[in-house]
Order: sequence, then structure tokens, then C-alpha cells
Amino acid sequence: MSDASEILAPPSPPGFYEWLRKNLFSNWFNALLTIFSLVFLYLALVNVIRWMFFTADWRPVTGSPLLFLIGQYPRDQLWRPGLSLLICALLIGMSWGVWERYVKAFAIFLGILLGVLALIPLETPTITLVVRAVFLVCPFLIFGGFWVGRRSGVQGRHVTTLWLIAAIFILLVLLPGLSSIPALPVVPTTAWGGLLVTLLLAIGGIVLSFPIGVLLALGRRSSLPVVKLFSILFIEVVRGVPLVTILFMFSIILTLFMPAESRIDRILRALMAMVFFSAAYTAENVRGGLQAIPEGQVEAAKALGLSGLQITSFIVLPQALRLVIPNIVGQFISLFKDTTLVIIVGINDLLGIGNAVLNLQPDFVRLQMEVYLFITAIFWVFSYFMSYASLELEKALGVGER
Amino acid sequence: MVERRPDLRPAHQINLLMRCVQSARQVAHTCLTPAYMSVITDTRIRQKIPLWRDERALKAVAQIVSAIIIIGFLYWGISNFLTITEQRGMPLTYQFLKEPAGFPVAESYIAYEPTMSFGRAFTVGLVNTLVVSVSGIVLATLLGLIVGLARLSSNWLVNRTALAFIEFHRNIPLLVLLFLWYFGVFTRLPRVKESIILAGPVYINQRGIYLIWLRLTETGGVFLAFALVGVMLSITAWMVLRRIRETHGRETYFGGVSLAILILIPFIGWFVSGGEPFQPNEPVLQGFNFQGGLRLSPEFAALLIGLTTYTAAFIAEVFRAGILAVRKGQIEAARALGLKNNQVLSLIILPQALRVVIPPLISQYLNLTKNSSLALTIGYQELFAVGKITINQAGRAVPVFLMVMATYLVISLLTSLILNIYNRRVQFIEK
Amino acid sequence: MSRKLLSVILVFTFLFAAFVPSALAQETGYGTILTRVLERGKVVCGIHTELLGFGYLDANGRNVGFDIDLCRAVAAAVLGDPEAIEPVPLTAADRGPALQTGEVDLITRNMTWTSKRDAEWGNFTWIVFYDGQGFLVRADEGIQTLQDMDGASVCVTTGTTTEKNLATSFADAGLTYEAVTFEETSAVYGAYEEGRCDVATSDKSQLAAVRAGFENPDDHVILDITISKEPLTPAVPSGDDQWFDIVKVVMWALINAEDYGVTSANVEEMKASEDATIRMLLGVEGDWGNVQLGLGADALANAIAAVGNYGEIYNRYFGEGGLAFVFPRGLNELWSNGGLIYAPPIK
Repeated sequence: MSDASEILAPPSPPGFYEWLRKNLFSNWFNALLTIFSLVFLYLALVNVIRWMFFTADWRPVTGSPLLFLIGQYPRDQLWRPGLSLLICALLIGMSWGVWERYVKAFAIFLGILLGVLALIPLETPTITLVVRAVFLVCPFLIFGGFWVGRRSGVQGRHVTTLWLIAAIFILLVLLPGLSSIPALPVVPTTAWGGLLVTLLLAIGGIVLSFPIGVLLALGRRSSLPVVKLFSILFIEVVRGVPLVTILFMFSIILTLFMPAESRIDRILRALMAMVFFSAAYTAENVRGGLQAIPEGQVEAAKALGLSGLQITSFIVLPQALRLVIPNIVGQFISLFKDTTLVIIVGINDLLGIGNAVLNLQPDFVRLQMEVYLFITAIFWVFSYFMSYASLELEKALGVGER
Repeated sequence: MVERRPDLRPAHQINLLMRCVQSARQVAHTCLTPAYMSVITDTRIRQKIPLWRDERALKAVAQIVSAIIIIGFLYWGISNFLTITEQRGMPLTYQFLKEPAGFPVAESYIAYEPTMSFGRAFTVGLVNTLVVSVSGIVLATLLGLIVGLARLSSNWLVNRTALAFIEFHRNIPLLVLLFLWYFGVFTRLPRVKESIILAGPVYINQRGIYLIWLRLTETGGVFLAFALVGVMLSITAWMVLRRIRETHGRETYFGGVSLAILILIPFIGWFVSGGEPFQPNEPVLQGFNFQGGLRLSPEFAALLIGLTTYTAAFIAEVFRAGILAVRKGQIEAARALGLKNNQVLSLIILPQALRVVIPPLISQYLNLTKNSSLALTIGYQELFAVGKITINQAGRAVPVFLMVMATYLVISLLTSLILNIYNRRVQFIEK
Repeated sequence: MSRKLLSVILVFTFLFAAFVPSALAQETGYGTILTRVLERGKVVCGIHTELLGFGYLDANGRNVGFDIDLCRAVAAAVLGDPEAIEPVPLTAADRGPALQTGEVDLITRNMTWTSKRDAEWGNFTWIVFYDGQGFLVRADEGIQTLQDMDGASVCVTTGTTTEKNLATSFADAGLTYEAVTFEETSAVYGAYEEGRCDVATSDKSQLAAVRAGFENPDDHVILDITISKEPLTPAVPSGDDQWFDIVKVVMWALINAEDYGVTSANVEEMKASEDATIRMLLGVEGDWGNVQLGLGADALANAIAAVGNYGEIYNRYFGEGGLAFVFPRGLNELWSNGGLIYAPPIK
């Protein structure tokens, strides 16, 4: 038994050189790869940094940050997007408190970013002291929300309900305004733009397409031939064509199919296209989940005397949806990125505003790289946090381990 | 045992049942108690079902109603449309396809002049889409495989670089990526007169990449015909001889024979055509641009590389998942048999991983094809771009639009059909 | 789960309920657009947001530009408030359908009047800007004529009359070229400046705008060649003659105001002018058409007071020290100064 202690002793942590040898220089091929990668990384980094700090001209970005955030939203009504931001910050904080690790990274990042935005010196008259103050309050609101959300009485469904109420209030009352309330003059959606529209299209698209997608998935597995046929037709046709063609169809062709001289809001048209497109993909994702539910469960439910509707809504769907959550998040990310395509139908989303900013002054026209890189960074950050949350979710659900 | 509970309304009965189902673990204890059993065996359920609760009748009604709603909606839209087009004098015909297009198309693999018809321009766009999609699919698969393997590399740096590549591409919009490639890289290459010259000669400048290429002489067609026949014959020979070996077990040297055919017939063609079917066609600077040689335009190159790297990031993850799906024991067993690392990869891992990766690969290929429609933002004119210009020039939004969508649909359906057939062939046949 | 589903469906219904009311069917015919505009309290204009000088944004996200001011003039005349506009950004492909479906009351989006568009899209009111397609080249290339451009790479925007004119003029001269086409104007000039093309072609006004923005404007020249006529004209949907006339009358008023020296600054004192024509223009001397069309007597005076006369609008964006870039008036001088800008008399 003398060597038992040796066996039980934990291996000493590898030293730095040990780690290097093992991970980077284990054989000559790996060593070659390492050196090659190092040289490549060095050259790339040096060039990128030199360009970013010395060559690049960031005036289009620093001169009009509000344009990127809210587009043309009237500047005398700034308090409305400002209030929306504050509400969202509070709710993000609460979400952090409730769903801990999924939202944590994003919430902290957002807080720091807004704090920096509030304090960074920019030579632009568009960011007034009030705007800075709103930005500055956000980190505290996020933390306050976190503090509230951590209390044991607050549960996920409370926060979800609050999010829903906030979404309805912000999107239907606060931002568009109501003609009956003088304090909230109507702001047509043509004046909305930038990140606001990008988020609206992405979130609206996924939330609204979800129920339709579920119905289509059920329709595709339905025992009614007509319903099944129409579902399959819809799903396959939509999945077979590019999103741009669908956007184009809704923005131009749809008006030709409506009764003469009728108007549908332009952003709504784009949103409808997004929903249309996304529903077909949701349907396929959900179908994957439905197929994974063992037939035995359905039979068991039938044996208990449940009706078809009950089996679907209480037995099959809840399990199937839980299975496909990671896929749905993945789809949400791609939908978020796909919102950039709406510039092809003339909506000033983030990318569209970028193009408008290039025409702000004659000498901005050639500063495309700066503007596009800035937009890339915004998309990257949002998408990254979403895929991060999705990975965490996948781990928690143990989907990969079955 | 059967105890009627007429006091319970059907909704209440269902609630009782639900409680029972939700606590499925307690089924044995709770659901079998008399109170629940009475619900389940309620005699009313056994009564003759009235028509309005007959499942078959309900289903038929549901189908008819949904069909009426959908067809009615379509009818409403189409009749609206017909009224409107009639009012405005925009008939739904395809006559305009024969009219001269009048607009230039930047790149075409078939002869095209602005004086040719809209139909011709459309075909040019279709060919451009197919060319960029097929080359994109091939390159993205290769790059995706490399990145996927790099992601599994034991070298920390390589592994992380691959991860960075994947994360970068998966989290930015393709449209922005295309802008970055085109305006960040390809238009910033040196000017024509300061071209980078590589051995070959290969000229690289902001007008494109020019390679030396072969130009057919007058007799070149004869040689090409021979070469084509040679390829077809050698494939046939390979398949037939291999089948013979498989069925009869006789060595037929199918590899050697087909290789010989492949070389010999074009060789004969070489002599028949007079010994000079090709001449080298070197790019030469004439006026503003290089002429001759093979040219990759910056637009095409940016689109191709953008589509390739973007899709490769997704394909890399597909391959990684596929390789991880191969059980570790198999790899260990292969190593124990003395196979080298690359042999393990090519003989054991990849063939098995292929079965797992094909279905997601198909959807990535389809995505790539559909994503090529973003080309119009960086000046490569494919199907969608040509369609959009046609709408502007000919003013026929709906017919053009139907054509574009139908074409994409056909491409997608054909691709998935072919790949699905292939998929069925490589899957294990479970007996 | 079902409760969540239910709430999601609820949101869905709410969203549609909020946006769809604008989908109510609209009537067409004489007088309908003006009624609609008065009811709505806003003039809906199809505009550009990415064309410096004509229709673009300022750093505060406000729509500005030559075309936007025309829209504001109509709003000021009809509603008395130049801010009562609802600008709808349109793409080139959107313009036809937007007019045909009556989605916009007026398009002031740098649109060329052509015979086919007139027949298919709507009614074109009055030419407000005479432009022509030209070529922008590097000064050191030594290009002077069309023939010098043989074999060149040409950057051009797609989906407009521009690329068709290019094809025609090169084919007529028997020249070859490589077309490099883009959706976005910024892409066209970005590619040109980087050197992807030897030539950029577009309306000359746009070329002037772009040239002004280059790092070294003097390295680039706009050739004297003009290969097309581009009369830029505001257009209205077909079927409502009253609205068609109203927009025309406003355009005329802006031109006539310059003709008679009425500016935004002196419009009030000019109401007491000794010249009867000026008093007629400003609506203090009987009705000369506008009241009959459903406008107020002072409608045209309001329009001039809000955005200024034609020359003021022009110089605001294209004059020396203007907001956008310098573009000599040339054909856009008043007829009395040797240009083509001309309005019917007030009688």
C-alpha cells in the first residue's frame, strides 16, 4: 500500500514549457504549423492595427452615432427610444438575474459598452448631455435589474411576461405613437432605421414566425392530405428560393396583388417576408423535434383516451420544442444576419443607414471600409452572444449527449 | 367498478385526465383509482358518435374548409392582380423575352451582346449563377474539410485559428462579408500597370487575376471531340470491368485499362488534328486592360471567395460533428492495426463521417446556391441581378419575378434530388 | 407551454392589428389625393436617402436635398407646413410600383422622365433639373473623347437608364468596354476611386458630387461629352388631374418666383409689390388658378417662404458654399439667362 499515495496524488499542473511542447511543438509537422500560423497572425495583426489606428478615417461613425442606432427617428422625440432603451436595460438586467449564465455575458458587455458610449469624448453635436445621461443610467439599471431578478420571488415566467408587455408597449405605443395622444405624435415607420429596425425585424420575424412554423410542422405530419399537401408545398417552395426574392415579392409584387390603391406599411411588408421565410425553416426544425418523439408516447397517450389535439399540445409539442431550442436559436442568428438584405428593398436598416452615412458628406463616399467594418462589429457582437447563449443552452439540455 | 359520474362535465373529465398524465410516474397509483377509471370508461364515450363529433367527418370538413380558405385567398389575390394589370395595360405574357435587352451583362460564359434578347440575358444570368454555385460548392467543401480538421488538430494554435475563422464567419452577415472582400481586398490590389507578376505568367491586379490559358486552333475541335470520347469510353470501361471483377471475381485490371484508354484516344486525336490543337494564349496589356488568357474578374473572385469562406465555416462544423461521431474505438483499433495517421483519416474516419455529414451538407450547398443571389451588391450579375434589371428595363415585374423564383426552385429541387439519391446510396443498408 | 404559445399568438395578432389599418383600400380619381393629404396632414413623398445633393440625410437624420425641398414646397403649399412630409425611401425598382399603387402622393427622387415611364408609371409634372449622362475619368489617362475609351472598364449603376444609354452609345460608336455594375451608387464610386474602373458614368450632377468628395478632386475630370438627356421630374400617380395640377402649379411658382425676384426673405414685402404679376403670384390679387385647384390663396407664397425660389433651392445645395457640392447651373439657368428653366405665365 506504500504506493497508494503516489497513485492518488493529483498530477502536477503542466508548466508553461510543458504546455508549449505538448500543444504547439509535439512533432515537426505541428511545429511547422505553429510557426506558420504565428507568422501569419503577426502579419495580419500588425496590418489590421496599423490600419485601424492610423490609416482609417472614422468620422462617418463618430459623427453620427445616433443615425446608426435609430436612423431618422425625429430628434425632438428622442425620449421615446431613450425610454425604450431604459426599459430594455432593466429587463436585460432582470433576465440576467433569472437566467444567470445565458444572459450574464451579454448584460455585462452591454453595460460596459453603454457606459463607455456615455463617457467617450466625441466631437459631434448629435450626442447631447441628455443622451449621454441616458446611456450612463443604463449600466446601473442593468445592475438594478440583476439585483431584482436574483430575488427568489422573481421567476422566469414573470420576466417573460414583462418582456412581452414591454415589447407590445414599446413597439405598438411608445415608438409609433398614437394619433389620439398628443404627447405621443405619430412617427411613421419610414423614419425608423438603423439598429432599431434590424432588431425589430429580427425579433419580430422569429417571434411571429414561430407559431406559424409550428403549425406548418404539424400540418406536414397531419393525416389530412389537403393540409399536408399545402404545408409541404409552402415549406419546400419557400426553402427553395433565396430570401431576397421573397423580400422583393413582398415589397413590390404584393402591392400588385392587393386591391387597387391599398397601402401596407413598408416595414411590415419586409417583416411579413421575414416571417414567411423564417416560418418554413422553423417548420423544418420543429419537424425534426417531432420526429424524435418516440411513437410509444403517442400510443400511450391515446391509450389514456386523450384526443389528438391534447396529445399534440400536451405530450408531443412540449418535448419536441425543448429538443429543437438550440436549432431555433441558430436559426434566429441567421435571421438576424439576414435582416441586412432589406436594403435591397429600400429599408434603412443598419446596413442601409451605413450606405446613407456614406452620402452624408462628399468626402465620406470613399470611407466604405470603415463603415462596413463598424457594422460588421455590431453584428458580430450580437450574434456572438446569441450563439454563446445557445451553446450554454445546449449544454444545459444535454442535447448533444443523447 | 364502472361508476358513472354524470356530475362531471367533459371539460372537467379532461382536466382530471391531464393531471393524471402530467404526473406520469404516478400513473399506476393515481390513474388506476376508481375516480379516474370512471372517467376513462365513461359510457358516453361508447355511445354512437354524432356526425359533428365523428372524427372522419370532422377531418373531411377541416380539409374542405382549409382548401377553400387557401384557394379562395389565392383566387382573391390573382383576380385583384388581373384587374390591376388589365387597368394599367401590363399583360401577364412572356412576349418581352424576345425583345432586345439593351443592357450589358458584365460577365458571360455564353455569347452575349446588349442587342440580344431579354431571354438571352436571363440565360446568361442563369449560367453565371450555376458557375459560381458549382465552383463555390467544390471550394467550400475542400476548405470546410481543412478547417474542420484544423479545428480537431492537437496543435493549440491551429485549433484556435480554425475556431476564430469559424466564429468570425458564422457571426457576420454574408452581405457585409462580400463587401469586405470586394472593397477591402480585391479593389485594393495594385493598378493594372503595376500588376503583381507571378511565374506562369500570372498577372494580379485590381482588374482581376489573369492566367495563361490555351486557345483552340482551327483543328482544336477535332482534338476536343477525341478527348471527350476518350473520357467517356474510359469511364464506361472502368465501370464495366469493375462490375465484371465484382461479379466474377476475375482480375480485369480495370484501373490500367481505363487509364490507357484515357491517354491513348486523345493522343490519337492530337495527331489527327495535325499536331497543334492549342496555342498558348498569354494575357497581354492592351490599352486599359489585359487581353487574352484566362481571367478571373474581381467581382467573381470576391463573390466566390466570400461564398466559399462563409459556407466553409458552416461546413467545417458539419465535418467536425461528423468526425466526432465516428466512435473513438474505431480509431484506436485502426491505430492498433498499424495504420498511419493519414490512413486512419482517409480510410476509417472520412468514409464513415461522410454518412453523417451528407444531409447537413446538402442544406449548406443549397444555402450557398441561394446566397449567390447577393452578388448584385458587388457587381457580379447572376440570375437575380439580371432579373432585377429586366424588371426595371422591361417593366414586367410579375412575369420576370415568377421566372426567377421558379428557376431557383428548380435548381434547389434538382440539387437536393440528386444529392438525396447519392445520400441513399452511401448510407448503411440496415438488414 | 400552451400559455406561452397563446401569448405569442396574442402578440402576433396585436402587431398585425397595429400595422394593418394603413392597408385600407384607397379611392382613385379626381380630388382623392388632395382629400387624403388633407386628412392625413402629411404629403407622402417617394425620395432618395443616399444621393448627395438631391436626397440625403444630415447628421441628425433629417431628410435634406434639392428633391426633398421640392416635396417640402408642395407640403407648404397644401398644408402650410414644410415639415408636414412623410418621406418614403424608394429603390430604383420601387419607383414604378409605388406610383402605380398610389403608395406615395408624389415622387421627387431624381427620376428621369421617359416616354415609357410616362405611359406606365404615372404623370410627370414639370422638369425641374436638366441633367445628362457624362463620364468621369482620371486626368492622367488622357481620355478626351468616346473613342479614347475603347476597351475601358466602366463603372455604372444598374437598373437605371444610365446603363442602357452606355450600351447604346458605345455600340453606336463601335466600341467595346467592360461594364462593372452595382446596385448602390456609393459602390460605383468606391470602385472607381480604387481604380477598378477607368471610367465612371452617371448623371453629370452626380459625377460632380462624387468628384468633389475625392481625396484629390483635381486628379479627376468630367468629360464634356453628354450621351443622354436626363430631365429630372417629380411625378404623381395617374388618375387624379387635380393633384397633378397642384404639383405643377407649385413647381411653376418656384420658377416664376426666381423670375420675378421673389425670395424666401422678401416674400412678405413683395406682397405689396407694385408689379401686379408678383401680387398675382403671391395670391393677393385675385385667383389665378390655385384657389380653383383647392389651394389657399396664399399657398404659393407659403411654398416660396418655406423653401425659397428655384434659384435659392439650387444654390442651397449646388451653389458656391452650398451644402452639398458645386455644380454650375448651365442648362438649369432661367430661360431669361440662357438656360432651359421656364414656367408658364401667371395669367
